[in-house]
Amino acid sequence: MTTPIKRDKPWLMRTYSGHSSAKASNELYRTNLSKGQTGLSVAFDLPTQTGYDADHPLARGEVGKVGVPICNIGDMEALFDQIPLGQMNTSMTINATAAWLLALYVATAERQGASPLQLQGTTQNDILKEYLSRGTYIFPPTPSVRLTTDIISYTVKNIPKWNPTNICSYHLQEAGATPTQELAYALSTAIAVLDAVRDSGQISADGFEQVVGRISFFVNAGIRFIEETCKMRAFGEMWDQMTQERYGVQSEEMRRFRYGVQVNSLGLTEAQPENNVQRIVLEMLGVSLSKNARARAIQLPAWNEALGLPRPWDQQWALRMQQVLVFETDLLEYGDIFDGSPVIAAKVKALVDGAAAEMARVQEQGGMVQAIEAGYVKRQLVSSHTERMRAIERGDLRIVGLNCYKETEESPLTGGKDSGIMKVDPRAEREQIERLEAFRAKRNGTEVKAALANLAETARSGANIMPASILCAHAGVTTGEWSQTLRDIFGEYRAPTGIDIPANDDSRGVRAVAIRTQVTKTGVELGRPLRLLIGKPGLDGHSNGAEQIAVKGRDVGFEIVYEGIRLTPEQIAKAALEEGVHLIGLSVLSGSHIEMVEDVFDQLSKVGLRHMPVVIGGIIPENDARMLKDKGIAAVYTPKDIDMNGIMVDILNLIRQAHDLEPVAVA
Amino acid sequence: MITALPDPAALAAAVSGRDRLALAQALNLLDDRRSAARQCAAAFLDALPAEKLDGAGHLIGITGPPGAGKSSLTAALIQVWRRRGLKVAILAVDPSSPITGGALLGDRLRMHASGADREVFIRSLACRGEFGGLSAEVWPMSLTMLAAFDIVLVETVGVGQKEIDVSKMTDTTCFVAQPASGDSIQFLKAGIMEIPHVIVVNKEDIGLAARKTLSELRITLRRQMDPEGWQVPALSASAALGSGIEALADALQAHRDWLTAHGQFSARRQRCQAEWLVKHLREEFGRYGMNLLGGDEALFAALAEVPRRSPIVEYETLRARVLQGFQQQVRKL
Repeated sequence: MTTPIKRDKPWLMRTYSGHSSAKASNELYRTNLSKGQTGLSVAFDLPTQTGYDADHPLARGEVGKVGVPICNIGDMEALFDQIPLGQMNTSMTINATAAWLLALYVATAERQGASPLQLQGTTQNDILKEYLSRGTYIFPPTPSVRLTTDIISYTVKNIPKWNPTNICSYHLQEAGATPTQELAYALSTAIAVLDAVRDSGQISADGFEQVVGRISFFVNAGIRFIEETCKMRAFGEMWDQMTQERYGVQSEEMRRFRYGVQVNSLGLTEAQPENNVQRIVLEMLGVSLSKNARARAIQLPAWNEALGLPRPWDQQWALRMQQVLVFETDLLEYGDIFDGSPVIAAKVKALVDGAAAEMARVQEQGGMVQAIEAGYVKRQLVSSHTERMRAIERGDLRIVGLNCYKETEESPLTGGKDSGIMKVDPRAEREQIERLEAFRAKRNGTEVKAALANLAETARSGANIMPASILCAHAGVTTGEWSQTLRDIFGEYRAPTGIDIPANDDSRGVRAVAIRTQVTKTGVELGRPLRLLIGKPGLDGHSNGAEQIAVKGRDVGFEIVYEGIRLTPEQIAKAALEEGVHLIGLSVLSGSHIEMVEDVFDQLSKVGLRHMPVVIGGIIPENDARMLKDKGIAAVYTPKDIDMNGIMVDILNLIRQAHDLEPVAVA
Repeated sequence: MITALPDPAALAAAVSGRDRLALAQALNLLDDRRSAARQCAAAFLDALPAEKLDGAGHLIGITGPPGAGKSSLTAALIQVWRRRGLKVAILAVDPSSPITGGALLGDRLRMHASGADREVFIRSLACRGEFGGLSAEVWPMSLTMLAAFDIVLVETVGVGQKEIDVSKMTDTTCFVAQPASGDSIQFLKAGIMEIPHVIVVNKEDIGLAARKTLSELRITLRRQMDPEGWQVPALSASAALGSGIEALADALQAHRDWLTAHGQFSARRQRCQAEWLVKHLREEFGRYGMNLLGGDEALFAALAEVPRRSPIVEYETLRARVLQGFQQQVRKL
């Protein structure tokens, strides 16, 4: 008999999930755990992430769509029913309302009889990247950073095994960041957060090492997996140096770069979606091959993410990819296989140098918060993403099945009754509202009032927000009430859109010039320059698509009105009227496109603009696209529509058609 | 169907009655370059109630270098005016791309505070590279908005001499200075920049730099006086904190009151239109054309003597005179 080989401990395996209701999500979690998943990763719906109850007007169409709705402690208890929180490791993707969801989690654990000392897990709690990507911020940067530091200070003292913040480079890559930018902006964010904690005075000087040791990161891994491996090694080196030099951390353990991963969604395609399986597996290699830069936790997207919401079977497939790598291959039997490689060392050095230079530019502006407020960082990301989109459009950046090797057999994977995706039960929203109303009716109103008054007092005084929030959780305060109390005190914020970047070379290209000529000519025929309104209704903050269309539209000669994310259909109709636009383009990625379109049309009717042509872009399944067209949508665009110039010609011709002009052809 | 032209009188009545759709259509009409539309626009402007256009409301220009915080300050002012029960219209002028002719109109985003309030109306306008800082539509659009709103605010990017045209076409001009940038002070000192009626240093929340800029401005202003005798106040505010905004609104109102008290209010409105006429005639015909009309000064004097008429009618009349003058010159040759 051979002696068993010593293997490294596997990383935590999770699947980012949650949908419809706390009860449905609880069932999903328990099934996933029984399949060998070792931790939980909770996806919250957009109302929960942006601080609205399920019955708020802005929540319409969004309840239970991209995650689980949590309105109060009743929902939280249902979510973790029969899951002992004292033993679980739970990651919560929550930012603006992180303090509140953590408070609900602690209160739920207390009711289960667990001590805060036992609790393990992560609150994402990285608000700065929300201003750049994803968009679930609520308050201005200063009070937001204060909430972040409150959570860090509180957990370091009271929930010592908790990871209070997961500084995210993940979403930066999704917004177009290059590896250098990812490194630079994530580490600059870490500086902003650590400086804020230090300056808050909540932590004693000798306790600060503990704080640094609790900071973890959430990273993206793209398809260029050698470069991604180097990026992870660069992160480790830079973090080690930074924590030592800037914060004087002596303990090597406290300086270790700890991170979790979700691999890239940006590169997943709607065209030939089965190819996403090999993409996901290769991307996983980038964060696991190098032992010294290996992820602590990995969650993989499902192969069909670009089509719609994944089903349990799709999530199981993603989990099995990890299990095959961990349990069947010999990966965990070796030390670091890259140490000593000059090729890797040179690449790492190039990334470190590039990132250090960009970090210096951020510091020159006063730091990450100031660089974000000035719009600098967002413009850099929009520029990078524009470059990427143009490279795909030109065919310089090859994506199999999308811009090359496009011929395909009929896929058996998407042919089923459900077209290969999950549909959220349309009753989920109504049922959540009913549960919320029943919960409100049962609670003690006096206690709720007192807890909210205490919360407001704490917010104003500058004391740590966590104890008051945990009291609120036990008293039966709702997500909307907690958030509104803080909205009233901190105010709300709208982040720079970053689309004010210079026109690039493509705008001088033959086709762009030809389109521009036609746009100008049509403007002359109609008496005034052509105007588009780009609108993002609802709570979804994924703005890449809207931003790219806005920049492209400007470059082909349209006047573009873009007001950023999270507009109500009423505001969109108001803007369309006041700005005298010729066409409206909507962008919805949360799956709530049907409800949003219905509401936008209602509001357009109210202001007398029901005849206005409206197009929509987003992750929209084919059946829904047909339904939208029946409702009067003029065109539907999905991620497989990469010919931006073609979209512009379409839009031009829709405007012409609306004014009884013959369509024009642009070669 | 190429949009049918509206009935000018009915449209003017609907705009005066504060019908939002009518106002939007009127602004589209004023933007329309086709000759039939221009005739319709001229008749529409004529049909607007003259007493409102010449004597009512408050037409304010707000200008300053990019990044000084004009839009956020405007958003904060909107809140104050709304609390005071005033209805507010905004014309936000954004630069357009010189390469593509396209434009990103982003001021709406920065003024988002107005939300869904129906008593706030925001129209963005690209400057379209034609007339330097201010496109030709701004004046007729401002007049139209005055027929329906208490406050009409024109926001433009401006720092040097050309871009500050807005100060000649508004009752009151407010300059937003960028803290820690000496540019505006240098422009003021050198007399390059038209003196605004109110100066505000935004971002007092950043502290020292803002206070320093404010005190430098106050020193400079002591040496420079509005030729008409209005003492220009230099204020400090923070759109982020909402501080100093009430005082800013008061200062703007004080200038309007001063114009009224000195019997200059209607004359100034009339002068605004004359400035607009002269500017765009000069754009179209140059100095030679202006000389055919007897020169700027004679034209200003002549325009001040007769009551203000529809700007488009007036423009077309003067234009015809220039063309006639050209023809006479040609015949002499």
